Amino acid sequence: MEPINIVTSVITPLDRKNVDTDQIISKEFLKRIERTGFGQFLFYHWRFDAQGNENKDFVLNQPQFKDSKILVAQDNFGCGSSREHAPWAILDYGFNVVIAPSFADIFHNNCFKNGILPIKLTEAQCDEILAKGLAKPYSMAVNLAAQTVTGEDGQVYSFNIDSYYKETLLNGWDEIALTIKYEAQIAAYEAQRVAY
Amino acid sequence: MGKNIIEKIWDKHVVYQEEGKPDLLYIDLHLIHEVTSPQAFEGLRMNGRKVRRPDLSFATMDHNVPTKNLPTINDPIARNQIETLAKNAAEFGIELAGMGHPDQGIVHVIGPELGLTQPGKTIVCGDSHTSTHGAFGAIAFGIGTSEVEHVMSTQTLWQNKPKTMEIRVEGELPVGVAAKDIILAIISKFGIGVGTGYIVEFTGEAIHKLSMEERMTICNMSIEAGAKAGLVSPDQITVDYIRGRRYAPQGEKFEEASTYWLSLASDVDATYDEVRIIKAEEIEPIITWGTNPSMGSGVSKNVPMQADYQDESDQAALRKALAYMGLEEGQPLTSIDIQHVFIGSCTNSRLSDLRAAASIIQGRKVHGNVTAIVVPGSHSTKKQAEAEGLDKIFTEAGFEWRESGCSMCLAMNDDVVPAGERCASTSNRNFEGRQGTGARTHLVSPQMAAAAAIAGHFVDVREFVKETV
Repeated sequence: MEPINIVTSVITPLDRKNVDTDQIISKEFLKRIERTGFGQFLFYHWRFDAQGNENKDFVLNQPQFKDSKILVAQDNFGCGSSREHAPWAILDYGFNVVIAPSFADIFHNNCFKNGILPIKLTEAQCDEILAKGLAKPYSMAVNLAAQTVTGEDGQVYSFNIDSYYKETLLNGWDEIALTIKYEAQIAAYEAQRVAY
Repeated sequence: MGKNIIEKIWDKHVVYQEEGKPDLLYIDLHLIHEVTSPQAFEGLRMNGRKVRRPDLSFATMDHNVPTKNLPTINDPIARNQIETLAKNAAEFGIELAGMGHPDQGIVHVIGPELGLTQPGKTIVCGDSHTSTHGAFGAIAFGIGTSEVEHVMSTQTLWQNKPKTMEIRVEGELPVGVAAKDIILAIISKFGIGVGTGYIVEFTGEAIHKLSMEERMTICNMSIEAGAKAGLVSPDQITVDYIRGRRYAPQGEKFEEASTYWLSLASDVDATYDEVRIIKAEEIEPIITWGTNPSMGSGVSKNVPMQADYQDESDQAALRKALAYMGLEEGQPLTSIDIQHVFIGSCTNSRLSDLRAAASIIQGRKVHGNVTAIVVPGSHSTKKQAEAEGLDKIFTEAGFEWRESGCSMCLAMNDDVVPAGERCASTSNRNFEGRQGTGARTHLVSPQMAAAAAIAGHFVDVREFVKETV
């Protein structure tokens, strides 16, 4: 995967909580056998009406957010199905960073495997950022190494991230290649493993 | 101090541990299906890697498979995905219960049926409802496709040890209240995110009186409370269920295994990071009225009002959910008319679910405005149900009796609820568009779904049984 460190762009304010992976990528698009090409289907039923026309009110369809790389949402983002097609769609559409007060576990894990940085800020901080982003286009700069998000108005938000995942993202490591280095430990475990 | 079952199983599976890193956890069983595996197999091929332990892997086809007119698959993209799994399983040496195979079925139904699911195991699958297998006292959780590939290649996963939570269901479950109602009540009481970052152990008298199939229904939906996994400590009911199953240990080995399994149960003085308690007596049959599984209420209640919520964002969520669902604030839940009934899914498609639904509809007819289907969870469940004559009860009442698969739970195949129509569904998710674009899903137990099929609207199954006997 691609390494990630500094991402600067206008934020896309998606002011919703409990955004589930069925909304991020609907089941009719899960039948492909590739990892690519899912961006066109991101939030499909929110972006388009039944006739396939763009829903002008939906935030992703507003021109000021077209080149955004940072998605900001409310609590419990990515809940529901484990489908990794959700982060594939987010990344393929052009987002590298998702900011929310909390993420569902499987989605959160899936982000790190694909070079997407999920950032947890407090609910109050997310509310503040969403309000700014909804009022007018608001740019932010994410710095993974420094673990900060800085607004165009100079407001700085610090975030925590597990050091293992931070290193993985900064280096764009292939996790399987890393794990294969532990072959001796895995083999030793298997040798004493009690199995019925 | 005693240990809980989560700590016991976790500690036994740590291959490698280092400060500042997640634990490298060994995986005992990897279940595979057609939708979340093709990119993982492709990754192995691109990197010249093999499946490390095909003997600890098992594949089936469930998400995409048609439930009628087998073996024709009308959708060419779905057909490609199904054929791809068959090719991949053959190439990498993985046992496959494919379409038409006697062991085929929903992955979370066949694992237990075949005896693959056992206490103390770590079990993963590229499907969030893998938590189902926790009913046996296993740590079972859903993973993404990259993790599927990681398990295939290394039989391990890097995992941060989750916190532990006890959800205790105290007291006696009232008559007419199902396991589905327990878990829906838990989610509506504590919220859709209560379990995020935790593995949950369900404890209490009401839980340990349940059959294995009922425990599977509860653990299945732990993910709808955000939990990494949900489980129940093994007891004699667990051991009795596994005895004699094909992949279970046999003879003396079984006795040895059962002793080990029972030793995994949480110690009496075990502690948890968090404890939540619910009283079984308070639970009534639940109907969801909204667009996530926490948006549900007892059958005697009304659709909530905005005034019931303090928080503006909760009021907004209610408005949005009711607009999608086409419901009015304050409307009695029993006044909701339905057009479809789906009895099936990894939550409620096992033999006991089919028996429970059949007991309600026996000798009755499906309402003229309702289309009703039953989709058994596995080929083997279907055969057993037919041997008992359940298929006749359903078809004589006007239900369609189908082949096994995930079907209308996520509508990836042809089983779709049309836009604007309502479905009383025994599945696990009522998200927008889950059963079809614009479709409106109400989650209920098999008994409640069956009663609604007859009445054409929701009814309290407890009253329904009394009135119509």
